[in-house]
Amino acid sequence: MRKGLFYGLLFTSPAILGFIIFTLGPMIASLVLSLTDYNVFREQTAFVGIDNYSKLFSGEDELFYKSLGVTFYFVILRVPAVIIVSFAIALLLNLNVRGRSIFRTIIYLPSIVPAVASAMIWMWLLNPDLGLINSALSWLHLPTGNWLYSEGSVIPSVVITTLWGIGGTVIIFLAGLSGIPKQYYESIDVDGGGWYSKLRHITIPMVTPTIFFNTIMTIIGSFQVFNEAYILTQGGPNNKSLFYVFYLWRTGFRDTEMGYASALAWVLFVIILIFTFFVFKTSKSWVHYEGGERA
Amino acid sequence: MKQSKLMLTAGYAALLLISATFIIPFVWLLRSSLMNLSQIFTMPPEWIPKPFQWDNFHRALTILPFGTFFTNTLIIVAGVLIGTVLTSSIAAFGFSRIQWKGRDAVFGILMSSMMLPAAVTLIPSFLGWKMVGFYDTFYPLIVPAYFGGGIFNIFLLRQFYLTIPRDFDEAAFVDGATYFQIYRSIILPLSRSAIIVVALFSFLGSWNDFMGPLIYLKSDSLFTLALGLQMFQGSYSAQWDLLMAASAAVVLPCVIVFLIGQRYFLEGITLTGLKG
Repeated sequence: MRKGLFYGLLFTSPAILGFIIFTLGPMIASLVLSLTDYNVFREQTAFVGIDNYSKLFSGEDELFYKSLGVTFYFVILRVPAVIIVSFAIALLLNLNVRGRSIFRTIIYLPSIVPAVASAMIWMWLLNPDLGLINSALSWLHLPTGNWLYSEGSVIPSVVITTLWGIGGTVIIFLAGLSGIPKQYYESIDVDGGGWYSKLRHITIPMVTPTIFFNTIMTIIGSFQVFNEAYILTQGGPNNKSLFYVFYLWRTGFRDTEMGYASALAWVLFVIILIFTFFVFKTSKSWVHYEGGERA
Repeated sequence: MKQSKLMLTAGYAALLLISATFIIPFVWLLRSSLMNLSQIFTMPPEWIPKPFQWDNFHRALTILPFGTFFTNTLIIVAGVLIGTVLTSSIAAFGFSRIQWKGRDAVFGILMSSMMLPAAVTLIPSFLGWKMVGFYDTFYPLIVPAYFGGGIFNIFLLRQFYLTIPRDFDEAAFVDGATYFQIYRSIILPLSRSAIIVVALFSFLGSWNDFMGPLIYLKSDSLFTLALGLQMFQGSYSAQWDLLMAASAAVVLPCVIVFLIGQRYFLEGITLTGLKG
């Protein structure tokens, strides 16, 4: 086509410039910063090589390992919970029942609630003395909990609060489910199989690409949790919810150790890359694409 | 698929139960926002406010200058929305309707930035904005939207543009139309629903943003609703009636926008699930 390259670059130039100014540039600057001891309040900034990184991994910074542990625990708890719960809800929404669209709206609605407001609502619901959850539990004669205020239950509690916002994941699953051709199920009807064999032999294999997509997105999102840590728990009690990005923010902006915080950011980046790579690798054995090819 | 009666009934019951679980937090928010403190603290909890304490909203929203927070949020949201819609729709055009060497490679590089944790660019971006003297202004929150409006939105629009038949462009070319004319008079009018999706996502994204304002805004007079609500919680943490009234007031605009545009929302999310 005529002058394709010129016009192509012209139309995409805002995005390309934006990428260079707001992503690539800061990325390089962050890598450089991570090799310095930059602090806004320090007179001079020195190049310290990999000192920040060795300080991180040597165990000198206890909070680093602590925040890493907290975040891993959160990811390991949250990713399967999000995938299983949202897949189950999507299966239900895919049934041909009356009022589907109303159910769908209700389940999606919480995901648009601003994080701060959602945190307020959950703090109040989970309030140990006056919250609805403990009231309901004691009404049912079940044991109550201290939820966000207890070292053992703070992470599972945060996971619960984030499950309220899984509407987006549910809708993506629903789109995957609606793409399964109806005649696939008919063969199982002919063989006399029930809903379980349909689920196992047709539905699940057919939505593995969607499971794959949602898993990657949920992993990336879970590693970066910040709002919940900042608003709900401030990292407490006793650093038991010291989420990685919250620790990074605290180091960089409260303690103004921006060189060190940049090193923290790069470690997170590499961890996310490794996890994503790992899921991609294993996907060859469990993600099925139509026509029998595999990813 | 044939579905047995029993299964449908069980599914229906499960859906009712799950929907109730998802909606209870909203009910709890609303009922708390309309109660006086003594009724809030009644055990076991009551559901109907007696009396309806409408005054909570007035008190909650005037203790702190929520009017100012609202105006600030509106300025930021409007600025971001315009920039996002303008530049993401233009960029998506360049990535789908124009053939050029290296196009898909460039798009791939931009897409890969979605995997980059925001934390990596956070500190240099902050230092950069501070250096050019825009710390504690709205610029760091608005200006980036004018540079492509986020790769996610470009991706979404590109997916949509790719479904529009090529013949339309070819015919216009024969008539001597320029790329810009094709963008303006063919692609844009045909993509109204996708543009609305991007506008809605962009509205919610900046309305709900917490970390951005937290880092770039220092003066109370520039605070957004999200920051204001957090500040409110810091100073009135035991005043659940007022806290819930303020929260409800922050949630309400989102819910209204969602209910008006929900058809587009669900379409948009479905679009992102497709393979590019």
